Amino acid sequence: MSDAARLREKAQVLDEAALDRALTRIAHEILERNGGAKDLAFVGLRTRGVTLAQRLAAAIARIDGTTLPVGALDITLYRDDLGMRGVPVVRGTEIPFSIKGKAVILVDDVLFTGRTIRAALDAIIDLGRPQSVQLAILIDRGHRELPIRPDYIGKNLPTSRRETVAVRLKEHDGEDRVVIEEPTESEGAQT
Amino acid sequence: MSWTRKDLLAMRDLDAAEITLLIDTAASLQEIASREIKKVPALRGKTIVNLFYEASTRTRTSFEIAGKWLSADVINFSSSGSSTSKGESFVDTAKNIAAMSPDVVVVRHSSSGAAELLARELACGVVNAGDGAHEHPTQALLDLLTIREKKGHLEGLNVAIVGDIAHSRVARSNIHGMRKLGMTVTVAGPPTLIPPFVQELGVKVAYRLEDAIRDVDVIMMLRLQHERMMAAGLIPSLREYARYWGLTLDRLQAHARPDVLIMHPGPVNRGIELSPEVADGPYSLILDQVAKGVAVRMGVLFLLAGSKAGESA
Repeated sequence: MSDAARLREKAQVLDEAALDRALTRIAHEILERNGGAKDLAFVGLRTRGVTLAQRLAAAIARIDGTTLPVGALDITLYRDDLGMRGVPVVRGTEIPFSIKGKAVILVDDVLFTGRTIRAALDAIIDLGRPQSVQLAILIDRGHRELPIRPDYIGKNLPTSRRETVAVRLKEHDGEDRVVIEEPTESEGAQT
Repeated sequence: MSWTRKDLLAMRDLDAAEITLLIDTAASLQEIASREIKKVPALRGKTIVNLFYEASTRTRTSFEIAGKWLSADVINFSSSGSSTSKGESFVDTAKNIAAMSPDVVVVRHSSSGAAELLARELACGVVNAGDGAHEHPTQALLDLLTIREKKGHLEGLNVAIVGDIAHSRVARSNIHGMRKLGMTVTVAGPPTLIPPFVQELGVKVAYRLEDAIRDVDVIMMLRLQHERMMAAGLIPSLREYARYWGLTLDRLQAHARPDVLIMHPGPVNRGIELSPEVADGPYSLILDQVAKGVAVRMGVLFLLAGSKAGESA
């Protein structure tokens, strides 16, 4: 995170309208695949996954009139790289509803190696036995290291490993936009 | 802000950001207590040794539960202590434990500085769970978390700490922590139990209970270790202590604010420092404190055991 200052924007992937259309489409796909909104629940991964989950829930409320519960999951305690680079901050899991028997839609902003989702699946299972878990992702940037695939994708985006995908949302960053960033020359040369 | 220390020895060593990180981490871990399956894999494969040279129920149990909920292996070692000549055997024990390569050692000892000595001897993390009359940092952290959850913030709050200030590690840790977080602290007790120069810690002193508890947000009553007090001639009698320094409902209602919170680190001497109606009453946070104890110890163990690789990098 600390080297964010040394990144520069390479290209814009989604603007505000495109991001909104992608989320609306995913909301429709979720309803289509599950035959409606019955027994669905959203669980967003902290931090931006939670915001995206809230927006998807709002979209479903507009389309279907159903208000679905939205929970927040912090996967820090389930990471496979604890101690490899200092201790991350634990921000807490808040899922104020039972996931037992629910179809849980897991939501995150960017899907990369798949390790975060692996941790999230473990975390979810510790909270109860959902009927199913589906994965909704705004940006799939490839480079998977585990056998994990999303069920709903906002946009497929081939990237190189040295690039970063930044999902900026109004609630956190003051704008709705997705951009690809790359290290500046001096930084890029040594890696 | 990330955690960089090997050990947690004293609130005095920490800065405000570190204290806040510890409290925030504990607050985030609280939800584990309400889960059906109270276990997360964060410290899988880590070993925590509880090394207790002094009697303890709450503290030892809560460290043990905290370690187990985080999936660490927890080993309890307790010593009668009285028969062993302290200095040598303590370091010896420490070296033996080090040979078993634990990740964190939690130590309680009747001598001030015991935890620090151990921290110098051992490469692993050391948590001070109370050393003599010096410090008890996890108690202060759980008190701060309890207050923050009830009041919503810490800065600017007024706290009275009442009782045997001179011999209390709970008071010392709380004073350091509260001052660093911008709280105002008044200590009160019989003059024999107020250490000289205590004002240098940045606290006010009151010599009457009524003066101490007026207009404060929190009253923290300390346990009177009466066996010790009487023998040393520090208080004339228990009855006199209870009359002047015991917090009764009448006194509370006459002098304290209606929204005041009452805390006590336990175990309570009912009828001496706290009357039962107060200890069990609506103002009392005593059981909240115990519940927060597990969360705070999870936070401490997570930060210490989780940062091990960080320090070598």
